[in-house]
Amino acid sequence: MDYQLTETQQAIVDIARQIAVKKIKPVREHYDEKEEFPWPVVDEIRKADLLGVYLPEEYGGMGGGNFELVLAAEQLSRACGGIALAAMTSSLCALPILLCGSDEQRRKYLPDLASGKKIGAFCITEPEAGSDATATKATAVKDGDHYVANGTKIFCSSGKEAETYVIFFSTSPKRGARGLSAFIVEKGWPGFEFGKKETKMGIRANSTYELVFRDCRIPKENLLRAEGYGLFVAQGTFDLSRPGVGAQALGIAQGALDETLAYVRMRKQFGQSISSFQGIQHMLADCATQIEAARSFLYTVVRAMDREFNPAVRKAIDEKTPVYEAMDKLGSRRWTKESAMTKVFCSDTAMRVTTDCVQMCGGIGYMRDFPVEKFMRDAKITQIYEGANQIQRNEIAAMMIKEAASAEKIAAGLA
Amino acid sequence: MALHIVVCVKRTPASTSVAVDSATGKVRTEGLPHGMNPQDEYAVEEALRIKEKNAGSRVSVLSAGGPESDEVIRTALALGCDEGALLSAPAFTGSDTLGTSHILAKAVEKLGKEKAPVSLVLFGKQSNDGESGLTAGETAAWLGWPSVSFVRRLPAVTESEVTAERLMEDGIETLKLKLPAVVSVTKEINEPRLPSLRGKMAAKKAPVSKWGAAELGTDASVTGSAGAGIEWGRLSPVPSRPSGTLIPGETPEEKARNLADKLKEAKLL
Amino acid sequence: MNDYSGKGVLCVAEARHGKLSSCAFELLTAAKKIGAARGEPVWAAVLGDGESVKAAAAELASRGAERVFAAKHASLSEFLDEAYAAVLTGIVSKEKPRTVLLPATVFGRSLATRLAVAFKAGLAGDAIGLEVEGGKLVATRSCYAGNVIAGVSFKRAPEFATVRPMAFPRAEAGAAGKVEEWPVELPALKSEFVKFSADDSGEVDVTAADRIVSGGRGLGKPEGFEPLRRLAKLLGAAVGASRAAVDSGWIPYKHQVGLTGRSVRPRLYMACGISGQIQHLAGMNGSDTIVAINTDPDCPMMKLATYAVQGDVFKIVPALAAEIEKRRG
Repeated sequence: MDYQLTETQQAIVDIARQIAVKKIKPVREHYDEKEEFPWPVVDEIRKADLLGVYLPEEYGGMGGGNFELVLAAEQLSRACGGIALAAMTSSLCALPILLCGSDEQRRKYLPDLASGKKIGAFCITEPEAGSDATATKATAVKDGDHYVANGTKIFCSSGKEAETYVIFFSTSPKRGARGLSAFIVEKGWPGFEFGKKETKMGIRANSTYELVFRDCRIPKENLLRAEGYGLFVAQGTFDLSRPGVGAQALGIAQGALDETLAYVRMRKQFGQSISSFQGIQHMLADCATQIEAARSFLYTVVRAMDREFNPAVRKAIDEKTPVYEAMDKLGSRRWTKESAMTKVFCSDTAMRVTTDCVQMCGGIGYMRDFPVEKFMRDAKITQIYEGANQIQRNEIAAMMIKEAASAEKIAAGLA
Repeated sequence: MALHIVVCVKRTPASTSVAVDSATGKVRTEGLPHGMNPQDEYAVEEALRIKEKNAGSRVSVLSAGGPESDEVIRTALALGCDEGALLSAPAFTGSDTLGTSHILAKAVEKLGKEKAPVSLVLFGKQSNDGESGLTAGETAAWLGWPSVSFVRRLPAVTESEVTAERLMEDGIETLKLKLPAVVSVTKEINEPRLPSLRGKMAAKKAPVSKWGAAELGTDASVTGSAGAGIEWGRLSPVPSRPSGTLIPGETPEEKARNLADKLKEAKLL
Repeated sequence: MNDYSGKGVLCVAEARHGKLSSCAFELLTAAKKIGAARGEPVWAAVLGDGESVKAAAAELASRGAERVFAAKHASLSEFLDEAYAAVLTGIVSKEKPRTVLLPATVFGRSLATRLAVAFKAGLAGDAIGLEVEGGKLVATRSCYAGNVIAGVSFKRAPEFATVRPMAFPRAEAGAAGKVEEWPVELPALKSEFVKFSADDSGEVDVTAADRIVSGGRGLGKPEGFEPLRRLAKLLGAAVGASRAAVDSGWIPYKHQVGLTGRSVRPRLYMACGISGQIQHLAGMNGSDTIVAINTDPDCPMMKLATYAVQGDVFKIVPALAAEIEKRRG
């Protein structure tokens, strides 16, 4: 399919593909098996300027938008979803700073994330607070010019390797969801330590850590937006970041199908290539169709999002105001529902496609020697993180009902 | 110590699994993805590494071929080469290695005169299509410079001299060449870098000179199909490999003998 | 375009460290074929230093070179492109052969380029066949990684060709040519020979190799690779391995061939004690010629192989090495 990419976008695809084939494919099995952080590959991706494709040039980025991030994430994930995540996880730290940060916060933190000098991470989850962020127990209590943070966060991607974090604490436990606040936290601050490293089913090249805060003093300038806006920060971030998960899922699906197609053409049974069997052909066709459908949907949505978001970023930089304010002024539309849909659709596609790919490859597909089972393990997380797909569906439905209700109101008003 | 290094690159099909058109007897290359000859990537990388070690150095890239060879020059520029020239003219069409190396030698002389004296010309070991590995040596001969082909390491490059380790069939030979010199390198020499997005975008806009017969002052009696000393005839595909021939024999020695015969027949022994 | 006209086929013999390479006898066979078709004589040239040059020249003369030009000089003791090219340019200028054949080795390929330019002549590289068709010399060669075969014909004299080793049988002894000592005059040289070290690593990299001798589970232990290493050395091949052998710790990962190791497509792949798991086959099934040595005649590798040898690797591999050594003399 010709998606009418610009020269720069095509260059991003080409470079990411080259890295995937030459630098990721030969080592993906090693990092999956050893659960090591793939620093040498992340360094290649950094040197190729891919870490900042979605960030403004003012901060050392390449001046693209979310679509550029999606294109890079998809191609890198086509070789390994785990290594791709290790590189792209920074975006989950940069996006809330871009969306909700002040001009000073943007200038202080975004350049190192754009250049890849530092890796970024994001953490909202707690043992008791998964999909329900209102149950957050970790607190940040104001003390003069600082907040004093205490508590434990879990499942932080690139937890120990990152140096800049966006972390959510309750600044007012009584207020529940409205008591949640987001902070920019730096590695090395006293009282901020790492706990357990998780062992995972998939995306094993990327690390997942527990973060422990014991009287960690966070300067008040590092609060994002204002106290009580944590949920706004998180939701706004997820609106922007979910297409990235979709892209990761899509790349994983495509990578599994690439390997499977090569295998079924070579594998002979009953004296002929198994690709000549209709049972295999129909599965191949279904996989390819679902992938292409997911891709056109994802690209369409993320381009629409960029058309709203990128001008607001421009305006915010020019006026030295936060981006969410510029969005309000411009009346920018937020694509919460469609953003959730891309994540649901791409990740469900990835799970289905990778499962079918293992099936098509038969016994060898199930073996660790062969790369296809890894794609299946890696695919699973995309249905879970950044909001489980069930939560996404809740949001999609909630938005549908809300939209129907307001359409009715408008119709009533007109009548 | 500032050096001027020239790298010569060729545009070739990305894959060597090509089909021969039975009507024309030529390889069907239209529509196939093309790129820089993979062996040339090592030459570009080596040039860039020498440049990075020697402040003030520059790397020029040359490619002889049709207008589409512009793309591989830009590939080299994206990696960090400083300037490029496409050597292309209708009069060059059909040149053999003799002609191509003459064109390249003329371009090296022109670069030396107009930019900075050239210290070193680097080539990849051979192209993945023609596979002759002769262009580097012939270019050196036209220039009257010393040369060494199939080099796996350049342990030292100074202002006046290069030390090269050449991979022979039976071992490694170390040679010292006075500069300027021509060297062709093998895959053992380094691990080529990948382009950056900034490099790639800048390379798209970079000016690439285009030099033809008049700019280069090439000799028409050795270039183009008229000047070529050889002529390529019809190509034919190699029949696909048969499989499953069981080597007969009662004893291991007899089997070994029969296998050796087969390998000899296949020109592998 | 030039007024060169000549007769005769000159074979440039490669002599390394004083020892004549047997490729020279293959060149003589090719030269005799061309000479017979055109009614022209066959000559040879050999360069070097010391008594070995004389011995080499005598051997070339005994194998069918009517005249052998023997150039002896201290600066020719090791191969130096410039020096050798200067001497040979002198021989070709004076004796005017129509055709000059060189081996398609680093020596021959390096030298041929300088000679071709000196005479503004055509050069056909890597010939695997040479025929005279209607008076014209046509060299057959492969390109595109052995996927395509082409005929290259010469348009004028002199004709330079490098000939791939093993492409022609060796000329036998029995003739009585004449050895002529060639006076050597060398120009000021811009390159110098420093040293030679016989294969310092002892190992060829699998990804760069055009021959690979590979071992698998059937080797049973680390020492199982020893006979393969010996055979590889004889063939100038790299040593490869299947994942099973690497995972068992018998040989380092860098030798692994297959989907999870390196994909290779050499001219010759010898699979010794490798049954052929699909992930291994995927990494090497593009090889030109595949030899399988295995006790199980029905395993996938034996089915895929161009030549399948049923038997014990530890008997067949040493026997093959011995056979090759015997043939090389």
